[in-house]
Amino acid sequence: MTRKLAATAALMLGAALVGGCTDDDGGDGDGPVELTFWSWVPNIELAVDAWNAANPDIQVTVSEQAAGDDLVTLVITAAGADEAPDLVQVEYQALPTLVSNDVLADISEYASGVSDEFAEGLWQQVTLGTDAVYAIPQDSGPMMFYYRADIFEELSLTPPATWEEFAETARTVREERPESYLMTFSATDPGWFAGLSQQAGASWWNVSGDAWNVSINDPATLRVAEYWQGLVDQDLVDDQPMYTPEWNAALNDGTQIGWVSAVWGPGVLAGNAADTAGRWRMAPLPQWSEGEHVTGNWGGSSTGVTTDSEHVEAATEFAIWLNTSPEAIEILVREGGLYPAATSGQTGPALAEPPAFFSEQTDFYELASEIADTAAGFTWGPNVNVTYDAYRDAFGAAITDGTPFTDAVNQMHQTTVEDMQRQGFTVTG
Amino acid sequence: MRTARGRRAAIPYAFLSPAIVLFVLFLLLPIGYTAYLSLRKVQVSGLGLGAGARREVFAGLENYRVAVGDSDLWWGMVRVLVYGGILLPAMLGLALLFALLLDARRVGARRFSRLAIFLPYAVPGVIATLLWGFLYLPQVSPFQRALRELGVGTVDLMGPTTIYGALVNIALWGGVGFNMIVIYTTLRAIPAELYESARIDGASETQIALRIKIPLVTPAIILTSVFSIIATLQVFSEPTTLSPLTNSIPSDFTPLMKIYRDAFARNDIYSAAASSIVVAALTLTVSFGLLWVLQKRAFGQER
Repeated sequence: MTRKLAATAALMLGAALVGGCTDDDGGDGDGPVELTFWSWVPNIELAVDAWNAANPDIQVTVSEQAAGDDLVTLVITAAGADEAPDLVQVEYQALPTLVSNDVLADISEYASGVSDEFAEGLWQQVTLGTDAVYAIPQDSGPMMFYYRADIFEELSLTPPATWEEFAETARTVREERPESYLMTFSATDPGWFAGLSQQAGASWWNVSGDAWNVSINDPATLRVAEYWQGLVDQDLVDDQPMYTPEWNAALNDGTQIGWVSAVWGPGVLAGNAADTAGRWRMAPLPQWSEGEHVTGNWGGSSTGVTTDSEHVEAATEFAIWLNTSPEAIEILVREGGLYPAATSGQTGPALAEPPAFFSEQTDFYELASEIADTAAGFTWGPNVNVTYDAYRDAFGAAITDGTPFTDAVNQMHQTTVEDMQRQGFTVTG
Repeated sequence: MRTARGRRAAIPYAFLSPAIVLFVLFLLLPIGYTAYLSLRKVQVSGLGLGAGARREVFAGLENYRVAVGDSDLWWGMVRVLVYGGILLPAMLGLALLFALLLDARRVGARRFSRLAIFLPYAVPGVIATLLWGFLYLPQVSPFQRALRELGVGTVDLMGPTTIYGALVNIALWGGVGFNMIVIYTTLRAIPAELYESARIDGASETQIALRIKIPLVTPAIILTSVFSIIATLQVFSEPTTLSPLTNSIPSDFTPLMKIYRDAFARNDIYSAAASSIVVAALTLTVSFGLLWVLQKRAFGQER
């Protein structure tokens, strides 16, 4: 399937290139620059149409692709055949993988001027802490806590400020409503666990000199794992995966009354738990110590320019417009459901109203913007795909076999380091 | 004269050429490329960032050493053996039973029953798995709800052990009909005189089934067994589709799932290529070995 897509895309791209050459050979000066763009954001073609109408010299063709990891594989394969698109949607954690595979071009020459448009932590994600710039940030996923306000009121609960209170809240829910859980611990969502670890201060990868330092089993991550193990062992939270029909039903009928998620949560709730419109509220993530204000990121992506592109400058120009111009941001927010990475976009007109599903919480985006500012920085490694995969297997086994969650974290660490060493990366720690 | 003969000699090849070209392009070349990839690997230097940090180099047999030495691959095979150990007897037993029942003398609604048993075969495996997945999950399944109403409580149908039952059930639902049709067709081809003489000799319907029908459909049973064994060794889409719904199916649950994960989730097509060749060699050996043994025993007298 993936290969077929790649082949089709390659054919289309080939046709586009041939078309471009013919134009040049015609001798009528330069024809318009034609760019291809792979993305999974719904309705992003509306933004692209707006660009094409205003820029007859640079025409972008968007091609809708599968989200996340599948697209990473697809782009690496296409780049191997020198057939990658000019522009590609990349999740932050996949950037080092793509840079390491020499898929993404360094666009610092054209893009370093826009760094002020973004929060420092986000900009660091696209530079990988180097002088290069590998992508323009598009959206971010600061984590927050969603809860059923009606049921919380019924049980006289308030949103927990600390993780300790979160555990007590979970206990009260089990006692007062035995059929319900506050939340589930999902062994199928590594990005979620990574976000929670970021909040606790984890640093899974970092670069020291010419070597990667890997510490996925650092104290912060082990602490998060132990904490959730406690909740699962005492049956205070459920242990079944998120994003299943089961989970949707539980959100919809009030057997799960909370969700530790990210800023894009309202869209998911609206789609999966339609009957509960207006009954949810959002609050900051519980903290490890009282008075702290830290969160992590779950998801978020950027627009990268590939090394295969023959029009890096034009492609960068489009990527900057797509992610910083008020016009494009408004389309992405309204039609694509994104929370913009550009600081100016977070206070723009598109975010003046709360999401329809949270119409009662009028200050939704004000609060979201405050929370987004507290996101911890994080460096991703060159094989996050392996780490994520190891998370699913190790935590799935830990839950079914009843083995310690800390072993699962150690397993993630070991699998990641072994993979890096096998590929030949210089690894310390 | 010479050219005419040459032309005539070329004619068979002209007829064969489409088949040969397709065979080479879509079977031989991909297999050859897989074998080539299995001998290569990526060598990263330093941080591995930026251009030229990643080279493809010759790896010798390293990928094979890793594949054969990886206990996860063998555990996957053990799981497939457990799965096949439950599936095969159940699949063939039910197919034979249904075929015999349909072939029995007084059966009402024969056409309808035949169609009803066969129909699930027409449902694609992924769809069938999603459908059953919904029926297994406690909150959305009407069966689970009925069990709760009856006071039995929720049954975990996708736990670490029950998952095998869940997968076998999906395969049975989809596969029994096909195997039944194969056996049933063979049954219909048995001359009616045989039954008449058996009845004149006083044989009951059960005796006819056990002593006449089953021995005569043995070739069909062998054929369906081989089909089922090959399908079992290739089990992939059912556990892959079910895995996001449960904690019980890791990404290397079966050997093919592990190969897919290595190639497309971990971007390591080289070791995936080596594992594919190991698994393909084993599958071929098992299938042909089995066919050879069975053929000697079942069709021995015919030669």
